[in-house]
Amino acid sequence: MTLFIQQLFNGLALGGVYCLAAIGLTLVFGVLRIPNLAHGSLYMLGAYMTYFFLTAIGVPYIAAIGMAAIVLAIVGVLLERVVFHPLRNSPHTHHMIAAVGAMFFFQALAQVIWGADFRRMDSPFSESVSIAGAQISWQRIIIIVTAVIVLSLLAWFIKRSIHGQTIEAVEQDRTGASLAGISPNTVSMLTFALAAALATIAAGLVAPINLLSPTMGAALDLKIFAIIILGGLGSIPGAIAGGFLLAMAEVMTSTYVSSAVGEAIAFVVLVLVLAIRPTGLFAKAVQR
Amino acid sequence: MSKFTIQHLGIAVVALLLVVAPFALAGQDYVLRLLTMAATYAIAVYGFNIILGLTGQLSLAHGGFFGIGIYMVGLLTTKQEWPFWAAFAAAIVTTAVLGFLCGVVALRTREEYFAIFTMAVGFIIYLVLSRWESVTNGMNGISGIPFPEGFGIVDFENPIVMYFLVLLFLAAAAYITHAIRRSGVGRTLIAIRTSEDLANSIGVNVGLNKQLAFAASTTFAGIAGGLFATVQGFVGPTSASVNLTFELLMFILVGGLGTVMGPIVGSFVVTFLFETMQDFQSYRFIVLGPVIIALVIFAPRGIVGYLNAFVARRRRARARRSGTSAPSVQDRGPSPEEPAGSSPSDTRGAS
Amino acid sequence: MLLEVRGLGKQFGGLNAVKDVDLDVAEGEITAIIGPNGAGKSTFFNLLSGFYRPTSGSVVFKGQDITAKKPYRTVREGIARTFQTTHLFEDSTVLDNVLSGRIVRSRSTVFGAVLQTPGFRREERLNLDKAREALEFTGIADFADELAGEVPQEVQKRVALAIALATEPELLLLDEPAGGITEEETTRFGELIRRTAARGITVCLVEHKMSMIMSLADRILVLDHGQTIAFGTPDEIKRDPKVIEAYLGADDEEED
Repeated sequence: MTLFIQQLFNGLALGGVYCLAAIGLTLVFGVLRIPNLAHGSLYMLGAYMTYFFLTAIGVPYIAAIGMAAIVLAIVGVLLERVVFHPLRNSPHTHHMIAAVGAMFFFQALAQVIWGADFRRMDSPFSESVSIAGAQISWQRIIIIVTAVIVLSLLAWFIKRSIHGQTIEAVEQDRTGASLAGISPNTVSMLTFALAAALATIAAGLVAPINLLSPTMGAALDLKIFAIIILGGLGSIPGAIAGGFLLAMAEVMTSTYVSSAVGEAIAFVVLVLVLAIRPTGLFAKAVQR
Repeated sequence: MSKFTIQHLGIAVVALLLVVAPFALAGQDYVLRLLTMAATYAIAVYGFNIILGLTGQLSLAHGGFFGIGIYMVGLLTTKQEWPFWAAFAAAIVTTAVLGFLCGVVALRTREEYFAIFTMAVGFIIYLVLSRWESVTNGMNGISGIPFPEGFGIVDFENPIVMYFLVLLFLAAAAYITHAIRRSGVGRTLIAIRTSEDLANSIGVNVGLNKQLAFAASTTFAGIAGGLFATVQGFVGPTSASVNLTFELLMFILVGGLGTVMGPIVGSFVVTFLFETMQDFQSYRFIVLGPVIIALVIFAPRGIVGYLNAFVARRRRARARRSGTSAPSVQDRGPSPEEPAGSSPSDTRGAS
Repeated sequence: MLLEVRGLGKQFGGLNAVKDVDLDVAEGEITAIIGPNGAGKSTFFNLLSGFYRPTSGSVVFKGQDITAKKPYRTVREGIARTFQTTHLFEDSTVLDNVLSGRIVRSRSTVFGAVLQTPGFRREERLNLDKAREALEFTGIADFADELAGEVPQEVQKRVALAIALATEPELLLLDEPAGGITEEETTRFGELIRRTAARGITVCLVEHKMSMIMSLADRILVLDHGQTIAFGTPDEIKRDPKVIEAYLGADDEEED
């Protein structure tokens, strides 16, 4: 039972991270119809930027995440302007090829600046708390709390602010959406900025638990694609449900079956969902 | 159609260069080795060309299937001591069958789903090759892969002979691509690439053809991988990584998606460009990433694609000049019995 | 009857796009389907050609039930269609576009192409003849070697028709064949459709241009909100009070 509670919190924390990373990916897909294969590398850069602000500049942890999120938001906008905007009328394969190009560029960049070796980022919250006999580290609780706060803010932004409403409108009906005076370009840039910032928050939160490496994004990519396909491409509630589901499945199979199965579960889910129901389980099916 | 055109001249020049090169390079074993490698990659690129260039589906598992070809030959020749040719045949059959089976899912998925699905397949292949240590030796890879057994005076330990073996398969791949492009099969695949709705409307079984195209592409990857194993002699899982898929993508983009000669031109040009960048190994992708992006934005047709378009445009222009009058719509048949005016009163009686 | 449609319906998330439509089409006839925007005309075509799966009803073609058959099957059975927005292979020549229509009537495989078997060569020659014939018939032989994306709108409309004809259909579904072309071109296109029907090819068309419909159609099906409100000869339709109310009387309809 203690083990179960321990793993429950681990799953919730991991789920929070997955959600934050996956929502950006699903937003970009919903608004721009681009499966951004470079999303994981934005997450990876976000982790390194947090690390940079924390260790090289010496700002406090939460502030470092915030500053990294701002930097990555700018990177996201640049990515949209320089790479995806010029390709908006090209065949769909070209976006993906360009995204792969961007992914390799970011990976190589991180490798040149920070080296290929793993790096450890220490958590400022090293103590843990005892809940029902299980030792839960503060870092995990911080992750869960932050994820809930960020998700609530995001929900508020999308429902209440005019920019958020526009994103949602474009997402739901690309052609029919009334843009309320906001240009499609602004919506695209905003979406990319938001996606990159969310990925950075996810990365900054999880960095003290995991190690940093230039390939950490590639490993995440498949998982978040599995999540958003599970939840239905373009669906935010789907991404949230899918994120927690996959995280729980991963943590629980690692604990009770074997770590190899835990590692493979994302791929199994991905292949099964695509084979059985390609539009996702929670399909707000994307009309095409 | 069968006239000798400027395109035929181009093909003849490329073929001549490839045949003469090893003799001109006598003694320079390193460069010959590089040529042989470029030729093996080019065979895999022909596979990529079928699924991506002609059918318009991005397969991110291509490097993985190349890896299956490598490991089938590597493992069967070393651990099971099979003769090369038997192992090679097994590699081809395996990649064809696996491609066909994965194609069952590919048949149900569309566009971006297909790319994501193949990305997962590629990753699974890589995981199996790198982690299943009891079989694949994990990250240590396999060494001591033998050369193919010769026949009579044909001895594959001679690098020139090995080169020509690879070249033979390369020529076959190019010819098959040419034959496909000129036949209804090519029109079927191009129809799917252009618009699945339009393809459906002219009676194309989109799913089945995608599945077959995918199986064909993985078979080419398997052939290339099998040859790569014997050319290289030692292999590791990195030979099957996502990076390889990316490099193959670069070859096809530079050469020209969907063209007959693009894979050869792209593979050789880029391999030699890579070679000149040897000193910047770790920086390579810092340059290559943006180059890929620039190519899809500014020059998506590739070298051969642009040459073909240029030749075709000139030919059309010449045809237009030689024509006596501008082309026009010419209705034959009986002239209208009654001019259909704008008033809805002049109706035809019901039959 | 060549085509017998009974109680055909399609729901999209509770909304009836097409509901309980019956239609009989006799061989060699021209049937027009009209109705206000959003009346379900294109959906109806998509149901006939297998692009959508009907949620109710049946489609019988040449006495065979083809309800919910995939498009590649319906084309093989002899139903060809064109799209509202002209879909062409824009980077290919006009001739290659029309040759694509031959795919469904071809039996050769990759192996035939690679080995250049006599059967393959014979079939390719036949395909080329049929494609050229379709170009001649539609009056665009002059444009055979031009890129389909570069020819004028009227020619593109005819290319779409030629592709459909190359599949050797018995029933041709034309979705707004005269959209976006001039009055004069429309008249000529109407003639082309009449000559097509005279070859024994049955035609169903969705069209907004009333003058064309009234002069061309043998029978007219009027849809509104996915349901049949009238069916009859052009004269009957013009006099039908329900049609006048729902459709002809409406000011917002583009009647040109």
